[in-house]
Amino acid sequence: MKALAVAIKEFRQIARDRRTLMILLFVPAFFLLLYGYALNFDIRNIPLAVQDNDRSSTSRDVISAFVNSGYFELVRVLPGKLDIDAALNRGDARAVLVIPGGFGRDAASGRPTAVQVLISGDNANTATTVMAYAVGLVSALSARYEVEARVGSARGPLLTAETRVWYNPELRSTLFLVPGLLAYIAMLTAVVSTALSIVREKEVGTMEQVRMSPVGPLAYVIGKTMPYFAVSLVSAFGIVALSMLLFDLPMRGSWAMLLLAISIFLVGALAFGVLISTIAETQQVAFQVALLTSYLPTLMLSGFIFPISSMPAALQAITYAVPARYFLIALRAIVLKGVGIAVFWRDIVALVVFAALVLSLASLRLKREWAAGQ
Amino acid sequence: MNAIEVRNLTRRFGGFTAVDDLSFDVRQGEIFGFLGSNGAGKSTTIRMLCGLLRPTSGSARVGGVDVGSQPEAVKSRIGYMSQRFSLYEKLTVDQNITFFGGIYGLERERLAARRDAILDMAGLRGRESMLTGALSGGWRQRLGLGCAILHQPPIVFLDEPTGGVDPLSRRRFWRLINDLASAGTTVLVTTHYLDEAENCHRVAIIHAGRLAALGTVPELKQVFAGRPILEVRSAQPVDAMRRLEAMPEVEKTSIFGTAVHAVMRSSDVQPDTVTARFAAGGIPATCRIVDPSLEDVFLDIAEKGAQP
Repeated sequence: MKALAVAIKEFRQIARDRRTLMILLFVPAFFLLLYGYALNFDIRNIPLAVQDNDRSSTSRDVISAFVNSGYFELVRVLPGKLDIDAALNRGDARAVLVIPGGFGRDAASGRPTAVQVLISGDNANTATTVMAYAVGLVSALSARYEVEARVGSARGPLLTAETRVWYNPELRSTLFLVPGLLAYIAMLTAVVSTALSIVREKEVGTMEQVRMSPVGPLAYVIGKTMPYFAVSLVSAFGIVALSMLLFDLPMRGSWAMLLLAISIFLVGALAFGVLISTIAETQQVAFQVALLTSYLPTLMLSGFIFPISSMPAALQAITYAVPARYFLIALRAIVLKGVGIAVFWRDIVALVVFAALVLSLASLRLKREWAAGQ
Repeated sequence: MNAIEVRNLTRRFGGFTAVDDLSFDVRQGEIFGFLGSNGAGKSTTIRMLCGLLRPTSGSARVGGVDVGSQPEAVKSRIGYMSQRFSLYEKLTVDQNITFFGGIYGLERERLAARRDAILDMAGLRGRESMLTGALSGGWRQRLGLGCAILHQPPIVFLDEPTGGVDPLSRRRFWRLINDLASAGTTVLVTTHYLDEAENCHRVAIIHAGRLAALGTVPELKQVFAGRPILEVRSAQPVDAMRRLEAMPEVEKTSIFGTAVHAVMRSSDVQPDTVTARFAAGGIPATCRIVDPSLEDVFLDIAEKGAQP
């Protein structure tokens, strides 16, 4: 079996090439840790300064509601108005809560009143999140006071708004990122390393040597991609296992379904790598083409980091051509929701269509390249 | 029987004709040298003979198979080794042999036997598990040849196989080629080293895609019959050359290392007379008649080709 001879050779080369092996096995884990810990999009312990001009039990209630939420950490109590500017300017506090005089009295009597939350807007993303936390806290309090004022008793809240987030109850962005990370890794290992390893053989001249032998292009490419398929699969399941261990990623759906989705996606990605290798003559070009056509779209246009629904219409249209888009939907459905294929079969079909399309295009180009000048 | 038969072989790339109406035969068991300057069309010819490139017109039969219509059938009948002796440098000697055995479809027992033969031939016993990239040029070159003939092809193409290898290894390599040929393998070899071409049974010189000369080395040197070559050694070779060119009996001159070769128009040349004439002109020089080398032949043909 000639394809097997090629596959064994490729495995041996990968095993010998420490750098490639590191990229294939450890960079994914590194990215997981990076995204999981450092690039956590959740915000906790925001330094909060407080100016309490009321000093009533109600105003203290508000302050403790902020502090007990876990989002805010009380770092300073500010006596005068000028101190607010100073605290925000110096960056000691990222948010300031100002409670006006007479706040407790107004709240108790059911008169509309307001607390002021000043947020440092130097980082727009953080500011938006902090604002959302503050509005949520205040509206919960407001509901409570409204009821208390109407009923005229302090028997505790009769009505509170209870929000509940599904799938990812703590809204931990890590859980949301893992499927995207899988897509990213599959793209990195499958597309980039396949394209590079084939183009490298062109550059070094071993490709010509192999073409002089009776190995056909199909056997060559099957042998060439098999090892990367295996390594990518190991890498992908490693990421799932690591996420379950470190970030309590739930695995709610079936493993078989996960294997199926990843495999289909990988076949498309490997074929894409082969396709790039038939176009590029140098590793540098191959890498740049791979970066532009697979890696960046996977990062930017798949819904991995930026939600597709908030993109401009033109970009949204492009996302339909990004296979990772469908892969992500399927993965999130399998891993986070645990729903059956009835929900995401369209996305699986889209992946199959992509794989079939790229596969036929790649084999067409490859046959033409091998028969160069024929 | 001829191992390779080339008839009116032509290959064009757009408007450029790389190989132009080439015809020659290579006999079985022959070492056939293929000479030409860079871009003369040597590699294009070899690629066509190996079934990698389709001829624009004309035909070639390699091992009895037509390369135009059955390029795949040609591939199992030939071995190919290029100047880059393309082995996998990050694999060991053994792993390279296993890989090439695999893609040529050798069965286990045959591969084992051939592996031993190749290791002995290349002198790589005891280095089986060394990385190929760590081998010196000569070893790698011999291993490259070994991998190319692993499947015992009746015909072997060697495209500048001795590039970048030390003279000792080159000599050893040519011994291997001689052994192959005496065992009945046909070898078509291209080279830049004209001294190496003297090892070939017959030599073809190709110029601008056309066959410029074909024959044994002594036959090729016949172009200098009646045109002796006068070698002039002098401390002032440039002055000597200028002086030579002014002499009516000199056809043309060229620099050979520290000496000047002058092709004379007739056989009645007296080296001593020329030496005396140099001395009279104030240029001390020693002159003698030398046998034409293949390099003289090559330059002669190349110059004739350049001015049609």
